[in-house]
Amino acid sequence: MDAILLQILNGLDKGGAYALIALGLTLVFGTLGVVNFAHGALFMLGAFCAVTFQKILTISVKVKDESVTFFDAYKEVPYLEIWWGDTGLAIIDWAVPLSIFMAIPVMLLIGLLMERGLIQYFYKRTHAEQILVTFGLAIVLQEIVKSFFGANPIPTPAPDIVAGSAAVGSWLGLSDNIVYPYWRLIYLAFSLLVIFAVFAFLQFTTFGMVVRAGMSDRETVGLLGINIERRFTIVFGIATVVAGLAGVMYTPILPPDYHIGMDFLVLSFVVVVVGGMGSLPGAVSAGFLLGILQSFASMNEVKSIFPGIDQIIIYLVAVVVLLVRPRGLMGRKGVMED
Amino acid sequence: MSQSTFTRRGLLRSSAALGAAGVAPSFFVRDAWAQDFTNNPGNGSSVTLGFNVPQSGAYADEGADELRAYTLAVKHLNGEGDGGMLNTMKPLSLKGNGVLGKEVKFVTGDTQTKSDAARASAKRMIEKDGAIMITGGSSSGVAIAVQSLCQEAGVIFMAGLTHSNDTTGKDKRKYGFRHFFNTEMTGASLGPVLESNFGKDRNAYHLTADYTWGWSQEGSIKKYTEALGWNTTAAVRTPLGAGDFSQYITPVLNSGADVLVLNHYGKDMVNSLTQAVQFGLRDKNVGGKDFQIVVPLFSRLMAQGAGENIKGIFGSTNWNWSLTDEGSAAFVKSFGAEYGFPPSQAAHTTYCQAILYANACEMAGTFNPCEVITALEGFKFDGMGNGATEYRASDHQCFKDVLVVRGNENPSSQFDLLEVVQEVPRSQVEYDPSLLGGELGNCA
Repeated sequence: MDAILLQILNGLDKGGAYALIALGLTLVFGTLGVVNFAHGALFMLGAFCAVTFQKILTISVKVKDESVTFFDAYKEVPYLEIWWGDTGLAIIDWAVPLSIFMAIPVMLLIGLLMERGLIQYFYKRTHAEQILVTFGLAIVLQEIVKSFFGANPIPTPAPDIVAGSAAVGSWLGLSDNIVYPYWRLIYLAFSLLVIFAVFAFLQFTTFGMVVRAGMSDRETVGLLGINIERRFTIVFGIATVVAGLAGVMYTPILPPDYHIGMDFLVLSFVVVVVGGMGSLPGAVSAGFLLGILQSFASMNEVKSIFPGIDQIIIYLVAVVVLLVRPRGLMGRKGVMED
Repeated sequence: MSQSTFTRRGLLRSSAALGAAGVAPSFFVRDAWAQDFTNNPGNGSSVTLGFNVPQSGAYADEGADELRAYTLAVKHLNGEGDGGMLNTMKPLSLKGNGVLGKEVKFVTGDTQTKSDAARASAKRMIEKDGAIMITGGSSSGVAIAVQSLCQEAGVIFMAGLTHSNDTTGKDKRKYGFRHFFNTEMTGASLGPVLESNFGKDRNAYHLTADYTWGWSQEGSIKKYTEALGWNTTAAVRTPLGAGDFSQYITPVLNSGADVLVLNHYGKDMVNSLTQAVQFGLRDKNVGGKDFQIVVPLFSRLMAQGAGENIKGIFGSTNWNWSLTDEGSAAFVKSFGAEYGFPPSQAAHTTYCQAILYANACEMAGTFNPCEVITALEGFKFDGMGNGATEYRASDHQCFKDVLVVRGNENPSSQFDLLEVVQEVPRSQVEYDPSLLGGELGNCA
């Protein structure tokens, strides 16, 4: 029972990350009709917003280690600590959550530049061409990040107050052995909040109503005198911000490196396909579903019966779903069928 | 009707002339009879070495450090710079004028830490660039693949960072040599330290990277800890590059284990260690014992990624820049002056490999690989940072002291990440060559 509950938590947490990335992917596909293989790179750029913000906060005075004479070995004392003591250290400790305030405008700007500078020229091209150009862009972005930050992962810890594990079992009146990291619970809550915010924005605002109308019938909305292109550009920016925020908040779980986006990209595409191309609720449901299935497939009891199942479960489910429901769980008729 | 001019005197004259012509090159052209080995530099003024390192992919930083070390080694071989460990190595046949009087040049290849890419780049360096020796790498899978290729090509392979037993065990080759230590030596050196720190009554849970090195590491640690009296609760294989290890770590919480052994390297180690700490394993108490995490193979470059989480964690390493022996100090000084930071263990082992190969050529007096192999086999040396060392003839594995290290609790600088707990003497990590199986094969 304990193991099952822990794997459900793992699955929800993993699913939250899949759902956030898939949400942006499917949003861009549903509105602009673009298959964006650079979406994983946007997740990575978000993560590196947190790294950059942390580096800015920890700009330091270098105190030389005199015992080393052959090169410059030094201990770093951040200026914030020198100026503000414990308050400065507390600000550094909260670098990851605070970096959200930097990531939102930065990612929005990146999204707008990317859409205006490149993506818009590929609206009328084939999906194969879109995939090629966006995949190429992803590689370029990766290499740029690698040249600045190196290839190794960079530690970006959560604030001390949420660095440990929560006694989830005790909270629920179950075993004391059921503990779960605070930050992963925060990530799950954050994912649900962002997903809810995106849905609410599209469902309850005039802007969202126009976008949804444009997703259904672009030409008619255009004939009504609405500049749907501009709105779609903003949607691309929003998708970029969502991917970036997912990346920022994931950094304490997985120390980021230049390749972190690619690790998520393929899985997220499977999530989008299983959920149904262009379907927002489909992407979210499939994200959580596949996350939970993947976690259960990794249990020793399951692997002892089906060795290696944890490696293939997601793709196996994708095959079964596409055989039974070729448009995915919540896919619409006519999407990617021309 | 034609008339024959064939006479007995003519036959004798022709035979003598043919005989003289056939024998003359052996006397007048140096090494002419040795043309039949791959990429013989002959009378050329230079010799080319092939440095096959990861220049892209997850181990690009380690590859960059290997390349720095090779560049420095080439400089020292050609008599430039301060000479580095050429000043401390004993016995030394090199004269600081290249190798056998030829200037050392090099070409590079990118292994991408993929076996097929590594073989392709090694093949290119041998066939197109004329490399007479291939060296480098940061993965056992790659090392084994390239070693096999070099055996077929008749070119010596001086392995870089490869820790699996198989490289000089079941997959060993006559043309392959490894300076780096292996998982068997890690087990033999780490076991007693684990016993003295954590006791004999422990339950270990292994998470193991699912490829040759992981299996080898898991096997060695299990062998030595079980011999101490430890029980292995479970050994779970994890996919290489899993990223999120939460689904593999949560079962540890309720397993009854009080030690987690992470048979992971590089990014996997950084991620699994970070996540194990997040799940509160280091704060856990099982049956009155504090829960412990062990990382059998440490790399300083990679340890940086784990940040604070590495503090107090035990592991082993081939070499560390903080060693104060004459050879290590000379190398750190030379490398530090050139690049402004200390060398990694990857840089150390690759520098040593380049120097050892060059020295063996001088000892043999030829680049003929079969004779160079003979010179390397059983070669005993000192002054290269690991105490008295021997390239064992029977399996081409270097035997030397091994370092047991612990994540530094109070580092004095950004490079001071590992604290050397014990320099385990070579005698403690030596084993019978038949233990790991394999056949060297012959020199063609």
